[in-house]
Amino acid sequence: MATGLLNYYRTSTGKKMVMAVTGAIIFGFVVIHMLGNLQVFRGPEVLNHYAAFLQGLGGVLWVMRGIMLIAVVLHIVSATQVTLQSWAARPEGYAVQRYRETTYAARTMRWGGPIILLFIIYHLLHFTFGTVHPTAGHFDKANVYQNVVMGFQVPWVAGFYILASMAVGLHLYHGAWSMLQTMGISHPGWNRWRKAFAVVFALAVTIGNISMPIAVLTGIVTLD
Amino acid sequence: MDFTLKVWRQAGPDEKGRLITYEAHDISSDTSFLEMLDIVNERLLEKGEEPIAFDHDCREGICGMCGCMVNGHAHGHQQGTTLCQLHMREFNDGDTIYIEPWRAKAFPVVKDLVVDRSAFDAIITAGGFISMRTGSAPDGNAIPVPKKSADQAMDAAQCIGCGACVAACPNASAMLFTSAKISHLGLVPQGQPERMRRARAMVDAMEEAGFGACTNHGECEAACPKEISMNFIARLNRDRLKAALVE
Repeated sequence: MATGLLNYYRTSTGKKMVMAVTGAIIFGFVVIHMLGNLQVFRGPEVLNHYAAFLQGLGGVLWVMRGIMLIAVVLHIVSATQVTLQSWAARPEGYAVQRYRETTYAARTMRWGGPIILLFIIYHLLHFTFGTVHPTAGHFDKANVYQNVVMGFQVPWVAGFYILASMAVGLHLYHGAWSMLQTMGISHPGWNRWRKAFAVVFALAVTIGNISMPIAVLTGIVTLD
Repeated sequence: MDFTLKVWRQAGPDEKGRLITYEAHDISSDTSFLEMLDIVNERLLEKGEEPIAFDHDCREGICGMCGCMVNGHAHGHQQGTTLCQLHMREFNDGDTIYIEPWRAKAFPVVKDLVVDRSAFDAIITAGGFISMRTGSAPDGNAIPVPKKSADQAMDAAQCIGCGACVAACPNASAMLFTSAKISHLGLVPQGQPERMRRARAMVDAMEEAGFGACTNHGECEAACPKEISMNFIARLNRDRLKAALVE
């Protein structure tokens, strides 16, 4: 089986499977992350209590962070490999090429990915390390609620988060449908529901994520 | 009808090619696309010029020999149609038509619009068969095949191997072709004994030929003259994974 899996990874189907499995792990994280963040609507106590609970997990938290890091790295490595393979597969392009079926989401996967990575780095520096918090000197690791509200009260920060959430949404939409296809999760009886699932899933995550900067910008969520 | 053609001309595999403009005047709306090219070629010959080389054979839409990119669509814009079955009445009088060969590293240009599709033959050779004792034909109903499987297998078996899926794919991937070939055998009892070996060997041959990786755009399915579903690609992925787990 070991050589079987190694030979499998040498093919694009194997690399795509790695992308699909790591993508599924990242999906799970994105959903839980969003549900946790939405606690901001329940006030400072609830959100800060939830943050303290996560910090209190100790070793478990680090195991989860490790899994996430490995998933992200594998996702990027296999994506880069299949991208290079595909670019090499058509050395000379067409003078005219028209598409009928592919979506904006599908065509922007390769550039959306690196943009989302840059966003994640910024996001970590902003809320986890506090080094690029827009209101310098006000980052308080224990007061997540204050960090979020102060951060999103700066319009360009909130705007950037909204744009990034939309990019994540597009990536999730094509990713969710593509993942089912790559994993071979297909059946004539319910195939038509796969794209509907991807749309609903991506929309739910995008709306959930965007609701937070918008709520702060419009004054629905405030410091006190 | 009058058309302005922008045709890819390339003298040989290692020559540099370019788009050349030709005027095609007085073309009947009832001519097929290939007949239109025949007329253009006859006029070129009369002028002592080299005719445009293009692949064709049955001209009935069943052999898989013809096919070019026409205005950015594999086999032209009409869906579920091979190039030979496309008629000039589908265009507007005075249209400019770009005609280019399939573009893929695995499909090198032989001349003008003719590409070498031996890479598909290599994929078939690797596993597109069943091993069985030959002799007199077995009784028709000796092996029961569920109706649903038979229907699906026939859908996959419609593939004529023209290469439009590769040509239309933004990644120049051959997954639709390979999945159709793997599925039409894998869906029936006769194909079961070699199913895992077949999935492995055919995918390996596909990779070796230098095709790109499938990212599920769906352009293959839209371009396929036989309208083969990309659900077969999911089937290929399932079979290839199983093959890896049992190897």
